[in-house]
Order: sequence, then structure tokens, then C-alpha cells
Amino acid sequence: MILSVDKVEFSYRSTSVLKDINFEVKRGNFVSILGVNGSGKSTLMKCINRILKCNNGMILVEDNDIKKMKEIEIARKIGYVPQSSEKGFFTVFDAVLLGRKPYIKWDVSKNDIEIAERMLKIMNLEEYALRYINELSGGELQKVVIARALVQEPQLLLLDEPTSDLDLKNQLEVMNIIKKVSSTQNIASVVVMHDINLALRYSDKFIILKEGHVFAAGGREVITPETIKEVYGVEVYIKNFEGIPVVIPRSQ
Amino acid sequence: MIGIFLTVSLILTVFYSIKVGAANLSAYEIINGLINSNAAGASIIWNIRIPRILAAIIAGACMGIEGCIMQNVLRNPLASPYTMGISQGAAFGAAFAIIVLGAGTLNSTQADAVIVNNPYITVFMAFLGSMMGVITILLISKLRSITPEVMILAGVAMSAMFTAGTMFLQYFASDTQVAATIFWTFGDVERAVWNDVWIMLILMIPALIYFIYRAWDYNSLEIGEETAKGLGVDTDKIRIQGMLISTFTSAVTVAFLGVIGFVGLIAPHIMRRIIGTDHRFLIPTSAILGALILLVSDTIAKSILSPIILPVGVITAFMGGPMFLYIIIKMRR
Repeated sequence: MILSVDKVEFSYRSTSVLKDINFEVKRGNFVSILGVNGSGKSTLMKCINRILKCNNGMILVEDNDIKKMKEIEIARKIGYVPQSSEKGFFTVFDAVLLGRKPYIKWDVSKNDIEIAERMLKIMNLEEYALRYINELSGGELQKVVIARALVQEPQLLLLDEPTSDLDLKNQLEVMNIIKKVSSTQNIASVVVMHDINLALRYSDKFIILKEGHVFAAGGREVITPETIKEVYGVEVYIKNFEGIPVVIPRSQ
Repeated sequence: MIGIFLTVSLILTVFYSIKVGAANLSAYEIINGLINSNAAGASIIWNIRIPRILAAIIAGACMGIEGCIMQNVLRNPLASPYTMGISQGAAFGAAFAIIVLGAGTLNSTQADAVIVNNPYITVFMAFLGSMMGVITILLISKLRSITPEVMILAGVAMSAMFTAGTMFLQYFASDTQVAATIFWTFGDVERAVWNDVWIMLILMIPALIYFIYRAWDYNSLEIGEETAKGLGVDTDKIRIQGMLISTFTSAVTVAFLGVIGFVGLIAPHIMRRIIGTDHRFLIPTSAILGALILLVSDTIAKSILSPIILPVGVITAFMGGPMFLYIIIKMRR
């Protein structure tokens, strides 16, 4: 088991955000976390990565208690792509190379450079290597951010709404890359998603949060019109198209 | 490349700065004075010009580094020792030394009408004032949360309190003491002697090494707080250490030389726009540019109204404002 979340609770001061969260993720899993805004999806991601410290419960990454790990050990096991926008004035190559931070003391080794170059190739970013990141489109920039998380050589990849600002083409391209890299490198990906259809297309496991609880968890079978009505308050049809379920909202 | 250009510019400015002053020296007198301690200009060069030049270089370098680090850890382009209340803390400490502890006096027979007759008490109190300010900011941040926003707001509040405290002391002070206090706040490298130069240099070198060693942490912070944490950076620790060390070096330079504004603000800004935000290169080049700006300013201060020598703080303030506006308007990034 690569990730085990056991009875996790988290509160911002007196406001309880996560309540009794339990789930497990295996190596190679592609897990989507779904739920309405404010249901605790991003908070859960930050707790897994110990950016926020959960109040109760235990999170194990490859059987290591996250509370007892050093920051650098966490960074070598978990690659994190946050929701917030990218700042700074770096070239694409330097921005990706920064992902080697958990391994670099001061000098950049030949190995670090080779890993960064290889990732640029995988992400089709080679021709942008010397461009500054503020000159990139949203899709290109998102690929840079994902590339940086991947050069950390993580066992677990956490992505918080990686497709939220992208057009359809870029959404598919980014999701294809995550899926491909996850499977070729045999790592687990946990992705916060708002687009249920995109989640259905790529994920093999779903965790649906409602008001800080796990409302439903499992394979595609948990995505039902009843679940969506209960969680999102929206009535939908679910039709199969080319073997993939598609969620279609009913006319109001 | 830019580093080489800045270093060459700095070396040329050093030679020009040795030349100009109340007594202009010829190239022959400079070379002769540098190699022969008994030569005609040697005393001026070694006892007046070189300590002054070195003080400008070291203090300017410190300011460039401090601005660079503060702008990074506080995630604010306006962060500098001045905006964080460090300079105001030093001014309050100096005013306290001069007015309450009697460290200042008036000497009406000399060209320098006002002198601080016990500079080491003043320097110590100025240093204490600066450090008190930043320690209060860090304690407030610790109580609330160590975020850049809390630190900056606390810095603004401390700055206002120190300014009010200085005004309060000045209100009850004699004319002589008020004059001495105001004289002290005019940042000036002329007051530096060899001892001050050595102290500043000894403190600057380990600080510079520490900051360059942490360059990758600052690069991570530059991208964003969450990204830095995701890359294994203990952002609270880096922020507190960065603030403490940069305040320490800043407090030392302000205590010795008085308040010199804008260098810490503009040097890192210019370098950021030229070379980007990779702190492995940004920190050393900001230091060289800070040194160059302060030395050029001091050379102007010595020569513009010769034989009157202006305090360098006046020149940096005059040049800094328009230069900063120019950067904002002209530069794309």
C-alpha cells in the first residue's frame, strides 16, 4: 500500500473540515477526489503532504508515518502540484530542475540535469527549455509544474485541480501525460477534480467528499445519479459512451 | 557576464573615488600613495579615502543582499530594512543614546558643527533598536502565524512606533541634541573608520555564505509557499533565519553609518529584471550592484558640491526614487 489514510481529522480553529477520513491507495492507482467547493478536498491533499498537520488520525506513506518524517523525506516520496498559480522568473529548465531540490545540497549533479532533461522530453517541453515561465500558455505552464513534481521521483503524486484553467485540448493532454507517467513509472496519483467526466475517463478509483466526510469510495460504480444528486444537488443521467460513463445534467 | 561587467565597473569606480574629494589626487599620486606609505597622498588615501570606499562597498553589498532576502522571504517587492522598521529602530536607538544617555554634543568651531562625541554608545544603541524591532516582529508572527503578511504589517507598526518614540525624545531634547540626532540619521560612509570596516566585513562574509548556501530554498520560496513546502523546504525556519540574519547585518551597517535608503530596494529589483530569480546568481550580483550604487552615490556626494561633501543618504534618496520609477515604467518583467 502506497498511501493509507486512517481516521484523519482536521480543523481550522473551531471549524471542522475533515472528519474521520479513511481510504487506501495502491501503487499504480489513479484516484480522483470529488466533491463540491469547500468539501475539504484541497485540505485533504495538504494533510497528506503535511503542509497542514492533521489533528487526529494517521497518514502512512509506504508504511512511514508522515508525522515522523523529515520534510526532505516527504518531498522524496510525494510530488505535489498545488492549485495556486506559478510565480517567479525562471526558465522552463530551471523551473523543472527545482524539482530536484530534495536531492540537491548546493551543486547540481549531472544526474539531476539528466533527469530534468529527460522529463522535458517526456512532457514535450524541450523546445521551451530556455523560455521564461511567464511567457508560457496555461497548458504549457501546467506541464512545467507537473514535470517539476515528477523529477522529485515520487512514489505518490498529488495534484490539486490540475486542469481547472485549461482548455479541452490541454485538459486531455495534461491528463494523458499524468496517466502515462503514472503507469510507466508505476506511481500512484491522487487528483482533486471538478470535472466528473474527466475523472471518469482517467481514474480507476473515486473518493467523494461531502462536508468533510468520505461520502462514497470505490470504482466507477460509486458514480451514480443518486450519489451526484446527494453530493452536488444536481439531477443527472449517466450514459455509456465508447465504454466510458458520461454524466449529463438533466434540463432544469 | 553581468557579474564581470559589474565587478569591472566597481573596480573603475573605486579608482575614480580614490581620486576625487576635497583634495583631488592625480593618477601618479594615487599609485605612489598606494605603494608607498610615506608618499604625499598616502595619508589621505589610506586613512580617509580607502576606509570610506570599503565602507561604501561593504555596506552597499550588505544592503543589496538584505533587500534580496527580505523581498524573497516576505514575498513583497517593497520589503527592505527601511520598510521593515529596522532603520527607524536604529534611529530611535541613536536618539536614545544621544538624548537620554548624553552621547551627542555641539562643536561650533568646526566645519562639522555637530558631532556625536560617544559614537560607540550610539552605535550600540542603534544596533539594539534595530534588533529589538525585528525580534518584536518575529514574536508577534510566532503568536499569530509566521506569514509574510503578518511580518510586514508588524514591521509597519514597529516603524510607526519607533518614529513616534524618536519624535517624543526630540521634543524634550535640547537644540544640540536634536541637531546631533538629525545629523546621525543622515546616512554617511565618511564616519567609518578602519575598525568599523573590519567589523562590517567580518559579519558580512558568513551572512553572504549562509544566504548563498540557502539559494535553492529561496528559489523554492520564490515560486510559492506551497510549492516550497512540497519540495521539502521548512518555510517558517527559512523565513525566520533569513529575517534574523539580514536584520543583523542591516543593524550593524545602519548603526555604523546611519540611515541609507533605497539601495536595498533597487539593487535586487534591477538584478531580478536582468538575470531572473535564481538566487544562486541573484544574491551575489545584488551584492555587487548594491556596492556599486552606494560607491557611485558616495563619489557623487563627494564631488557634486565640492568642497562641500554631502551625506551619501541624501544622494541615494535623490537617485533612488526616480530610478525606481524608471524601472517600474521601462522594464517589462
